[in-house]
Amino acid sequence: MTSPTQTQSTKQDTNVNSSFRRFFSRLTWGDAVVFVILIMLLVSILFPFWWVLRTALTSPNKVFTDTSSLLPVEATIFNFERVLGLVDPSEIVGTESTNISAGTINFWIFMRNSFIFSLLITVGQTVFSTMAAYAFARFKFPFRDQIFFAYLTGLMVPGIVLFIPNFVTIRELGLIGTMAGLVAPFFLMTPFAVFFMRQFFLNLNRDIEEAATLDGATKFGIFWRISLPLIQGPILTLAILTFIQSWNEYLWPLLVGRDESIRVLTVALAIFRQQTPQGAPDWAGLMAGTTVAIIPTVAIFIFFGRKVVDSIQFSGFK
Amino acid sequence: MQQASKAPPRSSLLDFVTNNQVVLGYLFILPSLIGFILFYAYPAIRAVGISFLEWNLLSDPEFVGLANYEEIFADERFWRSLRITLWYVAWNIPLQTALAIFFAVMLDKFSTALSTIMRSVMILPWLMPNVIVALLWLWILDPSIGIANVLLNTVGIPQQDFLGNPDQAIGWIAAINIWRHAGYNAILVYAGLKTIPKSLYSAADIDGANGWTKFWRITLPLLRPVLVFVLVTSVIGSFQVFDTIAVTTDGGPAGATRVIMFYIIDQVFNRRISMGTATAASVVLFTILISVTIIQMRFLQADQSDLADYS
Repeated sequence: MTSPTQTQSTKQDTNVNSSFRRFFSRLTWGDAVVFVILIMLLVSILFPFWWVLRTALTSPNKVFTDTSSLLPVEATIFNFERVLGLVDPSEIVGTESTNISAGTINFWIFMRNSFIFSLLITVGQTVFSTMAAYAFARFKFPFRDQIFFAYLTGLMVPGIVLFIPNFVTIRELGLIGTMAGLVAPFFLMTPFAVFFMRQFFLNLNRDIEEAATLDGATKFGIFWRISLPLIQGPILTLAILTFIQSWNEYLWPLLVGRDESIRVLTVALAIFRQQTPQGAPDWAGLMAGTTVAIIPTVAIFIFFGRKVVDSIQFSGFK
Repeated sequence: MQQASKAPPRSSLLDFVTNNQVVLGYLFILPSLIGFILFYAYPAIRAVGISFLEWNLLSDPEFVGLANYEEIFADERFWRSLRITLWYVAWNIPLQTALAIFFAVMLDKFSTALSTIMRSVMILPWLMPNVIVALLWLWILDPSIGIANVLLNTVGIPQQDFLGNPDQAIGWIAAINIWRHAGYNAILVYAGLKTIPKSLYSAADIDGANGWTKFWRITLPLLRPVLVFVLVTSVIGSFQVFDTIAVTTDGGPAGATRVIMFYIIDQVFNRRISMGTATAASVVLFTILISVTIIQMRFLQADQSDLADYS
């Protein structure tokens, strides 16, 4: 009874074997070189991330003694508990560990600040830049091209030239140390966002819009009910790019928002790194904080990585 | 009779607003225009204005003409920061661009599925905040307990100071940023590769050209438009390197990584409050960036595409 199935499976095995052999016989030295480069590339990109996680999971004392173990040593989530404020600081001081930052660290607050900062900018910038982009692509009004050209010039100006006068402006408005001051320069537009969305509106087929006009739709109705739904994809892409950029922002929040109540993760991590109790930074805690800060980016990467790659390829050609 | 055939008059004001493209156009660009004027146009002009002032934010500003420019041009620290920045750009740009082209050509050799996965993996470092990338490498390159020295030891290379070595620090900063940007640039170059007609390569095959010749004679010249984009944007970015240095070396060791951005920030927030010299230095940086961009555009003939001759 079993013999037919057995022969079938051995037959399959030989099939697999021969297809393997055929596959390898077709491989050239060039393929082998490409394959080796691929592996090296993967390792050089992914290993540093593993090293962050490995260190974050290692017992704080072992970080300084077991420097070569590829796996976490005395694996623990103590470091995560520490940076998330789940451990009483006095408890830390009591332990024999000397290289632990005993300052109160609570990444939840900085995480929350980073989220509020990034979400506000993402919503504002996406909405207002999309509206402006549609106007530049579809409406005719005086000075349209001149204004758009001015926006494009804005793309060229380096951040630092704008940051110092912007700092003065925010200071004159009394907004230093407030979330409003933190998001203000990015909230209403960036030249890139307007430029990016305009390309998509320009590529939309005009025929549908003209048909809608004949049916009595107003210009606003066409924008709201026809054009906007058609470019949901690019809008989402812009939102993702804007969120990532805001999440990564460092210099501006460093200038305007050092206060703990509005301090974002990047600034918090940089300050945490400078709190060096015994000369050497608290690497285990620092890497736990880094892991926490990476999580949202990794989540975006897993869900929208492909979209981001496409948008990068697009941006190089327009 | 003619009156009856027309649609009944609706709320004329609403109609006017929702259907007049001049009104609608201005309404649509209004928020962005406010943002542009407040945080782009006004500060850009104001930066030039402030650069003519002696001002510490606390007392009343005083007009001093070109004195701030004279002061920074006479400042040896300014020239040193410029030299360090140029040194950084000289390390960063050629290596990063060469790697990006190399990886793009490799991606092109993979099967479609593999290259899709690889492209996603390759943008991962670019998605990370500069601060995170800096911390991650600061830990790996730690002179005493970092994994880099442990690995070097196993192959018999003595312990390195990496970012602690004044001669090497700026090079390692460049290496860290190459790690972050090479994949991103490779994706851009890869998109450029995809626009090159395959027929050109078959034609070259018939003529008996080898892979190397095809790369230099076909691939590289036809990549010019995308390479212009990659070079111009990454050079502009390189000149403004700050985050990575602020987190890793904070300008050290012995001031070996004090780039121009450090000089500018120092004028405002660390050494003293001198808005005038800080903005003057930023205006000088802007001038350098514009000049470098124009030179690159000219040199690379950015307005022409060789592909136009073939299609």
